[in-house]
Amino acid sequence: MRRPLLSLAAATAALLITVAPTLACGGLIGPNGAVNLLRTTTFAGYHDGVEHYVTSFEFAGGGGAFGSITPLPGIPTNVERGGDWTLQRLVRETDPVDEFARAATFDALAGAEAEVLLETTIDALDITILRGGGDEVGTWAKNRGFRLPPDAPEVLDFYADRSPIFMAAAFDADAAAERGQAVGDGTPVHLTIPTDNPWVPLRILGLGKTDGELVEADVYLLTDEKPAMLPNPGGFLESDGLLLDHSAEATASLLADLRSDAGMEWVPAEAWLTKVVIASEAGQLDFDLAIDASGAGRPSAVDAGYAPFTSNPAPRTPIALYLLLAAMVIIAVPVALQWTAAGGSSRTLPPAGA
Amino acid sequence: MSRSLLRRPIAAALLLVAAAATGCGASAREVTITIHYSAFDQAAISVPRGVPITFVLVNEDPIDHEWLIGDDEFHAAHRSGTHASHGDVPTEVTIPALETVETTITFDEAGELAYICHLPSHEAYGMVGILTIES
Repeated sequence: MRRPLLSLAAATAALLITVAPTLACGGLIGPNGAVNLLRTTTFAGYHDGVEHYVTSFEFAGGGGAFGSITPLPGIPTNVERGGDWTLQRLVRETDPVDEFARAATFDALAGAEAEVLLETTIDALDITILRGGGDEVGTWAKNRGFRLPPDAPEVLDFYADRSPIFMAAAFDADAAAERGQAVGDGTPVHLTIPTDNPWVPLRILGLGKTDGELVEADVYLLTDEKPAMLPNPGGFLESDGLLLDHSAEATASLLADLRSDAGMEWVPAEAWLTKVVIASEAGQLDFDLAIDASGAGRPSAVDAGYAPFTSNPAPRTPIALYLLLAAMVIIAVPVALQWTAAGGSSRTLPPAGA
Repeated sequence: MSRSLLRRPIAAALLLVAAAATGCGASAREVTITIHYSAFDQAAISVPRGVPITFVLVNEDPIDHEWLIGDDEFHAAHRSGTHASHGDVPTEVTIPALETVETTITFDEAGELAYICHLPSHEAYGMVGILTIES
């Protein structure tokens, strides 16, 4: 893993994947017609150096195949079906009126392929964990008949430069229908990702959207300490489309309910619950949500996408060197002036008192 | 060597550099267009009329693109077209991901044509350029 990231929630960018043969001419996207963009809810819990990322992929009707690509902060050690009520319970905790949020479905998916690290099937979802750069991930998708939207090359590189781990989730709507899944039924997926710090990839949520289209998502964080975030949702003079909707110690009832769900036994006895609402135009959502869950209050500008990741950064010039240079200037300038005033000769100064 | 004598080769070199930078010149026979992050690196190109022009289309992206050149009527037809790929017609080219494709066209009439990628959402994303055919 390249950067000290806490694993966090990789918000889900679902891509409508058009099955081959994809029509190349004239605005035809795929068998599902226009892209359905639904609200996304993800959960990222971080405890004992492990991120637990839960998201849900929802059957939105129609046929054919579509799916999503989610950047991850590290390689998952486990990918399993998520619990049955974790996301719903979180929504009820912070916003009992809203309906259960859904997975996003975006427009979507098309040298060397990305390396396949893990493959599994959960209900009608085919999950693949990939390692590779933007080109490799794009090639992997293309070779499977998926088409990526035009902004994908830049967005994939944006993530791959920092963490070349991606989760591709292909959703077979026909298989879902055969399984009896109704429109609105979701398949939760739970990834366990050891990592140093969590971050939430937000920019991927705008994949396949025009600049003016609205991106909506809810991100829940459960951390041992109150997290510091960059950008700071709802902060003074912040206009990044992020709203801090909830920030408080998690209630005992919530933690108990979460802990009782499948795969959620890791939930600690005490934790801090944060909910960030994203409502931003896609063109403005060119950053991620960096999180410092350590309590140190220093979220990473690299994790937020504000600063480029460098795998081998040049060492910073030590401050002592600057001080030494300044001292040399202070000494050298008067001496040079004196030397110039003296006509440039090597005459020595007369002894004091002469 | 006098300054005026120096200026001439420098000016000539600058003209060559400028012509190379724009990908064409009055006598250009080959124009290279690179596609990176779903954008043509040249949004405006000028070529002479009646001369075979070889377009070298370099796709640096991991997704397919198209390079279709024609007038408004041509593009209107392709916006609603259903071709899975192009290649039989010199003015209609599909460039597979991470590949380079060449096509040679002779433009017999002066005027302006547009080159556009008509894959879904690509035109709206900005994959549009203008070719001026000089008389």
